[in-house]
Amino acid sequence: MLASNLSSYMVILAVLSLFSYFTIFPPKMASRIAQIRLVSSHPQVYEPCDDSFALVDALLADRKKLLDHRPAICMEVGSGSGYVITSLALILQEMKTSYYFATDINPHAVRVTHETLEAHGVHAELLTTNIAAGLEKRLAGLVDVMVVNPPYVPTPEEEVGGDGIAAAWAGGENGRSVIDKILPIADNLLSEKGWLYMLFLAANDPLQICLQMRDKGYAAKIVVQRATEEESLHVIKFWRDSDIRMEGNEAVATAKNGSPRGWEFLLSQLSRLSFRR
Amino acid sequence: MRLLTHNMLSSNIKGVINGFPLRIEAERVVEKQVDFNPDFLKNMFSKIDWKALADASKIMGYPELPDELPDSSLLDSDEFLHKFHHALLELHLEEGALVCPETGRRFPVNKGIPNMLLHEDEV
Repeated sequence: MLASNLSSYMVILAVLSLFSYFTIFPPKMASRIAQIRLVSSHPQVYEPCDDSFALVDALLADRKKLLDHRPAICMEVGSGSGYVITSLALILQEMKTSYYFATDINPHAVRVTHETLEAHGVHAELLTTNIAAGLEKRLAGLVDVMVVNPPYVPTPEEEVGGDGIAAAWAGGENGRSVIDKILPIADNLLSEKGWLYMLFLAANDPLQICLQMRDKGYAAKIVVQRATEEESLHVIKFWRDSDIRMEGNEAVATAKNGSPRGWEFLLSQLSRLSFRR
Repeated sequence: MRLLTHNMLSSNIKGVINGFPLRIEAERVVEKQVDFNPDFLKNMFSKIDWKALADASKIMGYPELPDELPDSSLLDSDEFLHKFHHALLELHLEEGALVCPETGRRFPVNKGIPNMLLHEDEV
């Protein structure tokens, strides 16, 4: 009798304490990102899709690191609907210390990005331009976070660029035409502590891209990988790593022995996923 | 377009050697309040081309910045930082154009968005 009273008393106590626990510490709210219903649209502008969601998921996965990183200047190349840059601005909003640039080659996309930002009460400086043309001289070395969802779909070369919606996906041979133009520009714009989040398709040969970036002194990490019915997506984060740069210099003289931490793991992950070889 | 952006933009038409700063043709300027962030201002101070900012600010109707590059000791002055903040981040060119200082080519600014796209023969 006493025991059963005691146990029901314990249950009530547990429920009560749980209740007060949640009153004092509410379950952690999901970080705010752009809401689809507030994302503007236009027939000539690419709508948020699996690739956009993968990129924003990568930013969310790195949310705490991004807040600790305290980026002063963030930039998106090819902002399309504005879903990604708006989400980044919302993720970092509590800091109130970051400024945003976004570009797109499609004037309709830049206007739609503007509307999406405005609908969420955040701001980015917008430019209609090809990748970062016009900014490359003066913004060099100032960008702390860059995000890119490039046109990565393998297409005939003549479909690349242009002023319509095809510019959002048409990537030329192996989907690499625009990616290969963006990478050196990103290298030029990124600050010493800069991070680049970029989305690739397995068909783009991300392993080869990582090796190429490694030659420029960048470490790389897969933040999100996702296979949809149609495509296998990777969001890869690049950052400058002095070990790699030094090793790169030594490697020229002494051939390859020893990889920095995590590098072999990344390569094994990528070679497993990269079915184009 | 904020003057921060103007300070980061140059004309990259083929053959142009120094396409900076772009001359501002202001048709409509708006002011939008932005949170004051002294750390960002102190950090950006060394990266800003001061003369370009002071001149642009004047054209946008805010002639409060010193013409010559101020001594960095001024960064301790709250009054100076607030002026710097206002010019750099709160003045927006809403309608107008940016003009290449070498070729006179106009890059239109509509609804606050500069269009820097080049024609095929300019690339």
